[in-house]
Amino acid sequence: MELKEKLISSFMAFEEQIDVNSGLHDVRTAAIKNFETKGFPTKKEEAWKYTSLNAVLKHDFTVFPKHESAIEFKDVKKYFLHEIDTYKVIFIDGKYSSFLSQTTHDGLDVCLMSAALNKPKYKMVIDTYFNQIANKDETLTSLNTAFAAEGAYINIPKSKVVEKPIEIIYFSTGQENALMVQPRNLIVVGENAHVQIIERHQSLNENPVLTNTVTEVFALKRAIVDYYKIQNDLGSANLIDNTYIAQKQESRVSVHTFSFGGNVTRNNLNFYHQGERIDSTLKGITIIGDKQLVDHYTLVHHAQPNCESHQNYKCIVNDNATGVFNGKIYVEKEAQKTDAFQQNNNILLSDKAVINAKPQLEIFADDVKCSHGCTIGQLDESAMFYMQQRGIPKKEAKALLMYAFSNEVIESIKIPELKQRITKIIAQKLGVNLGFDL
Amino acid sequence: MLSIKNLHASVEDKDILKGINLEIKAGEVHAIMGPNGAGKSTLSSIIAGNENYEVSEGEILLDGEDISELAPEERAHKGVFLSFQYPVEIPGVSVTNFIKTAINEKRKANGEEEMPANEMLKKIREKSELLEMDRKFLSRSLNEGFSGGEKKRNEIFQMAMLEPKIAILDETDSGLDIDALRIVANGVNKLKNENNAVLVITHYQRLLDYIIPDFVHVLMDGKIVKSGGKELALELEEKGYDWIKSELN
Repeated sequence: MELKEKLISSFMAFEEQIDVNSGLHDVRTAAIKNFETKGFPTKKEEAWKYTSLNAVLKHDFTVFPKHESAIEFKDVKKYFLHEIDTYKVIFIDGKYSSFLSQTTHDGLDVCLMSAALNKPKYKMVIDTYFNQIANKDETLTSLNTAFAAEGAYINIPKSKVVEKPIEIIYFSTGQENALMVQPRNLIVVGENAHVQIIERHQSLNENPVLTNTVTEVFALKRAIVDYYKIQNDLGSANLIDNTYIAQKQESRVSVHTFSFGGNVTRNNLNFYHQGERIDSTLKGITIIGDKQLVDHYTLVHHAQPNCESHQNYKCIVNDNATGVFNGKIYVEKEAQKTDAFQQNNNILLSDKAVINAKPQLEIFADDVKCSHGCTIGQLDESAMFYMQQRGIPKKEAKALLMYAFSNEVIESIKIPELKQRITKIIAQKLGVNLGFDL
Repeated sequence: MLSIKNLHASVEDKDILKGINLEIKAGEVHAIMGPNGAGKSTLSSIIAGNENYEVSEGEILLDGEDISELAPEERAHKGVFLSFQYPVEIPGVSVTNFIKTAINEKRKANGEEEMPANEMLKKIREKSELLEMDRKFLSRSLNEGFSGGEKKRNEIFQMAMLEPKIAILDETDSGLDIDALRIVANGVNKLKNENNAVLVITHYQRLLDYIIPDFVHVLMDGKIVKSGGKELALELEEKGYDWIKSELN
């Protein structure tokens, strides 16, 4: 049975299993209908013209895992930011792991979506925010909404500065031959509140995984949100990340996406402005090889005056890999004095590597500053020669150059331990040991 | 020490060096002067191993060993140093980390242990003082946002750290004010000894007031057309390169 049919036919069983009387029933039903009509996106659609899911969808994915799996902390410690204390919301094959998690209700809520969806005390927040900013027309988002049951639920009250980062990690164990999971995260950050979040998806063996995740983030007035996505999964893992961010007046939200691993990775990152003097930052580093594909599809929707957005994506592609950047900036007529900036730099390391870059600026206001720049090039030969002349061998010189190329993005990571971790992953990815932590 | 014999080189089928002969002994300072486009920078690049140039004939011997087939880093490990006219910026890699890597790669290639951290620090302190470099400078990203003078000073700092057998200074005086020129030249002079040699590539005589050459060679149209002592540099400064041209005709 094709995956689409399998998902649709399992929907009723899924709904019965949770609670048919839940207020979300109508939301889910509408969502599955949208998915049923549209199905999985194909390259015929403009938004997916560079990225095909065909090969991925051929696997016989299990939609609901039969076994519960446990993993030992020592076996997965390296995927945590274990050098510092963090809140942790951890899932194994889509199921919550209380053993690995460290949640809280003490002054803020860092817990489970399933609890939030089912317990009356969260009803108001769920009614106000759940599925409010996620695009109801988008087929994969709808698919996720239809099956939304588990994920991270984070609610930071007004003026709360969360003193430690929150890690959200989804492990897949490979107990199933092929597994599809659909995490759903909801993050509400109150007025003047400040939070740092790290999200990661990690397979623990080579069985194929398809993750279709939806995250909604609401940053209220003057809230500050720093969101980091680490995508360094095994070559058998596929990720479709749909992130929707709604920002109120004077809020500042940054999303850094580090894409090094995985087979097919698609990042749909959407920012919606709902107030003035908002600041949005979207940055990414992609370093890929083999037949990997990483597709960044960003949207910043400027709807109010005096807001800024900064996009900076760096991409290094080797072997037969493909990097895609499609960045859309939409400036509504009301959004005067918008300052929108977009930069996308790419390096091709092999003749067969592919970069598809497509900036899209739609501007309806007449007093704005919008700029975009895109470069595609090879490693600078004169810089290589300079380093080799100082005795640094080719491989290490290349690594240093790639690090230098990514540096602008690395520099803006605000958690020092995470910065160190990312540079370590980069050094590992580049296969070098330079005698100092890159 | 460095012996260049009948060196011919081209880039994209254009002949640039047309039979260079040059013999530099330990303890000597040589200067190569010449007009723009004579092939001065090409020569220094080729000695250092830049793969953009095709060596069609001749050989480059370092202490009797032909190095003309070696990769740039292998030549560096054997003691060739080139101070670049346009040093490259490497954001995110500090001056200290870069030189540490360079030193330890050289040691590794020569079968030595990595330099102990305290020895490294001591050496960095000593050499940075020699070049009158501020401590803060050492933690800045390599060449990023450096002024022309800072870049050149940093080149000579790296030379001091790496202690090459043969140091080639390619247009090191360009973009330097007189103070920076004095500091850089002073650094080079202090590093100079019986066992190493310096090759200064320059368009102007100015640097040679500070780094006094034993020999001056004039490179024109890919060939060394005249050699002499330090007084030749002064003569060139006074009469210009056209004088040599007319002398040749």
